[in-house]
Amino acid sequence: MKIKQLSLFLENQAGKLYYPCKVLADAGIDILTLSLADTQQFGILRLIVDDWEKARTVFEKAGSVVKVTEVVAVEVENRPGGLAGILEILEESRINIEYMYAFTFGRQDRAIMIFRFEDSDGAIRVLNTKGVRIVSQTDLKHHQNGREC
Amino acid sequence: MIERITAKDGPFHPASAVDFLPLQQLHDLQSRRLKETVDLAYRRVPLFRSRMEKIGLEPEDIRGIEDIQLLPFTEKTDLRDTYPFGLLAVPTSEVVRLHASSGTTGKPIVVAYTREDVAVWSEVMLRSFAACGVHAGDIVQNAYGYGLFTGGLGAHYGAEALGAAVIPISGGNTERQIMVLKDFNVTVICCTPSYFCYLIEQAEKKGMDIRQLPLRVGVFGAEPWSDEMRKRIESSSCVRAFDIYGLSEIIGPGVGIECVQQAGLHLFEDHFYPEVIDPVTNEPCPDGVEGELVLTTLTKKALPMIRYRTHDITTFISEPCACGRTIRRIHRISRRSDDMMIIRGVNVFPSQVETALLAVEGTLPHYQIILSRKNGLDHLGVLVEVTPEFFSDTVSGIENLHNLLSHSLESALGIRVDVRLVEPHTLQRSEGKARRVLDQRSLGEQEAGMDGFENFCPGPNGK
Repeated sequence: MKIKQLSLFLENQAGKLYYPCKVLADAGIDILTLSLADTQQFGILRLIVDDWEKARTVFEKAGSVVKVTEVVAVEVENRPGGLAGILEILEESRINIEYMYAFTFGRQDRAIMIFRFEDSDGAIRVLNTKGVRIVSQTDLKHHQNGREC
Repeated sequence: MIERITAKDGPFHPASAVDFLPLQQLHDLQSRRLKETVDLAYRRVPLFRSRMEKIGLEPEDIRGIEDIQLLPFTEKTDLRDTYPFGLLAVPTSEVVRLHASSGTTGKPIVVAYTREDVAVWSEVMLRSFAACGVHAGDIVQNAYGYGLFTGGLGAHYGAEALGAAVIPISGGNTERQIMVLKDFNVTVICCTPSYFCYLIEQAEKKGMDIRQLPLRVGVFGAEPWSDEMRKRIESSSCVRAFDIYGLSEIIGPGVGIECVQQAGLHLFEDHFYPEVIDPVTNEPCPDGVEGELVLTTLTKKALPMIRYRTHDITTFISEPCACGRTIRRIHRISRRSDDMMIIRGVNVFPSQVETALLAVEGTLPHYQIILSRKNGLDHLGVLVEVTPEFFSDTVSGIENLHNLLSHSLESALGIRVDVRLVEPHTLQRSEGKARRVLDQRSLGEQEAGMDGFENFCPGPNGK
């Protein structure tokens, strides 16, 4: 139930973000969502794309350092308290979040949060027992198609 | 000649008399002292003795200074290989001082002094100060680092022996340096030339005109500098800037210095015998031809150095100096014959950087060393390409890698290192390898000096 995220190392300089996006564009790969972590010196670009294997190949060919990480996509109700409810579950079980970012798509009443956990399997177990819906790679594609409709 | 100096530059110090010895007398003194030194080293230093035996040379074969070319060379690696006390010619009970400096690997190079050695060091530093017009009554602000580095204490003892008042302020703390410079009526300053440029700049920012101060002499060394930089210093400060040379393996600062003529550095060759050789053929270079400076200590007791390869490139000046000194002159050190860098007086080899990077990553990443100058102090930057093995998708993961690299480099080199992680394939490569060293320190002109008594640390104690 985990999904693949690609991470790229970028120097914190003007124009550095353009290059990887151009590589994906040229290969016809669609970015589903992304987040950028930045420090004074460097940034880490994290990407969820429609074809991660192809994306990894084109990045490696282009000479980038790319890392594939498993993250967890969680469906969150799009209302006040939707995210807090999920975090409460994680907090109670003392599950540590490395980072997270949001993913919006066509549906009005649902959002998706991407979580990077220290212990993904542990987190999935806890969320499952509380009835939280975890989104799979194919679900994501489906959502993506839905957005396009 | 002596009168000339006296009239122009204040009282003549008797210790400087040796600078003016008739050449035959100097020659006889050198011959006698070389024989004593070879005899001492042969009896007490196993490495030296075995090298002599290997080429079938006996101490008696050295009849005078002209036989010096028969003797084997000594290299920096010999000090490292015999760490810490292997080259000592006296028992440690006769040692009164130990200094240490960065070596080519993790271990430093240790240099030792007997009471007599410290007296010689004080004497040559006294003669250094005297040669550039410093005298009793001067107030000397000594901004070279005090500690394991030879710079601070070397200058200190010499100035004190001369009868000057020494302010042992050591390196760093610019605000305090400027306050002392002004309030204590300082007349002489010792530091790196670039740090002095920074002091001038900072003083000006405070609305202070350094030209209004009694400061008149600067004794500058421990880093590359040039005549261009001298012009800049002298035109903006009314300070006459003198180049001093030395290295801890020989004694520390005080191996040579410019006199008031500012036309090359006089070497105190009654204590340190100089040769200039072709670094490839090891044959002596005629005067005026560039080669490697090789030094032999003639009076050192704890650590006699026979034909020490400095790797500093220079030329002998054959014309007599207008100051009347008979001791030989060399041109400013123009460059080095190896890849050693001198950063704030600390010797750094690219191989040390490689070893430190290897220790963290297991394989050697592409890297580049960037030397720059900020606020008058040299900075060592190392750019390291991120490799797939060490890339992390979390900020803390990459910062952790950054910290590991910084720590490894700083503990290996003993100076602050700014590590910057860069994207792969961004460092320029020639023949598949990244260009290892980029020196962005502005030296004012193409031909830069490399006057480092390794070990001078005028920065905030190397950190």
